[in-house]
Amino acid sequence: MQTKPRLLTVLDFVTAALFVLATGMVFFYAPLEAVMGQVQRVFYFHVAAGWVGMLSFLVAAIAGVVYLTSTNRKWDIVSLSAIEIGIVFAFINIVSGSIWARPIWNTWWTWDPRLTTATVMELIYAAYLMLRQGIEDPDRRARFGAVYAIVGFVSVPLTFFSARLFRTIHPIVIGTNEAGAEGDFDMTPMMLQTFMFSLLTFTFIFADLLWHRIRVGRLADKVEQLRLKTIE
Amino acid sequence: MFFLQDAPANTVNYMIAGYAVIFGVMLIYLISLNLRQRNLNQDLEVLKDVEEKD
Repeated sequence: MQTKPRLLTVLDFVTAALFVLATGMVFFYAPLEAVMGQVQRVFYFHVAAGWVGMLSFLVAAIAGVVYLTSTNRKWDIVSLSAIEIGIVFAFINIVSGSIWARPIWNTWWTWDPRLTTATVMELIYAAYLMLRQGIEDPDRRARFGAVYAIVGFVSVPLTFFSARLFRTIHPIVIGTNEAGAEGDFDMTPMMLQTFMFSLLTFTFIFADLLWHRIRVGRLADKVEQLRLKTIE
Repeated sequence: MFFLQDAPANTVNYMIAGYAVIFGVMLIYLISLNLRQRNLNQDLEVLKDVEEKD
């Protein structure tokens, strides 16, 4: 049985408190958007979830590089853990975006560049999990996983910049005046504060979940090694 | 669709659906992490017992 570090318990409580505060800000502090109405409140956690998705994939790529240079299995666990969290949050981002789109664009889905690249990114990382399932040897699995995490990361900047590079109806939150952007998003100071606080909260959620997931990964590694030893 | 309106659109149902997905998926992931940790701890105990008997 693993003992839980005290710092992790502190992080759990801080993250939970931030999450409650952020939720309160979204529903009771941020003003009602004049045109879209209540559905605009989805935006705060929708973007924050997308941020966590991309941050996770960046961490996974960095961990992949470190694994390839050190061949220390703990970096493989970090990479896998980050990708799993990234998949969950990118999924939240895509589905909540689709729900927001229904009353605003009058459709659940459109093959807009941002939506398409985000979906391709999600599928690329879902395939990463499938690839790992198909490889028995732990070292080979880790090596393939590291290379995949690095190459797969190409989809992340492509998704981020898709709304800037191509004509899109998706709003651009950061730098709305860029040429070629069809979407626009003006926030009041209270909306901006809620948005920034949501981003901070979700960054804490990412750190907390990553730590927990790494602990599960280490435990799984230990069980796998013991199982192989028992079979021998 | 919203150009001629003088009040915000009534989109409360979509907001509820959006947050149901956000909170729901996060909760499912937390439960899944917890269950995996519990199962792995049980597996570890069993394997340790087997190793000791051998």
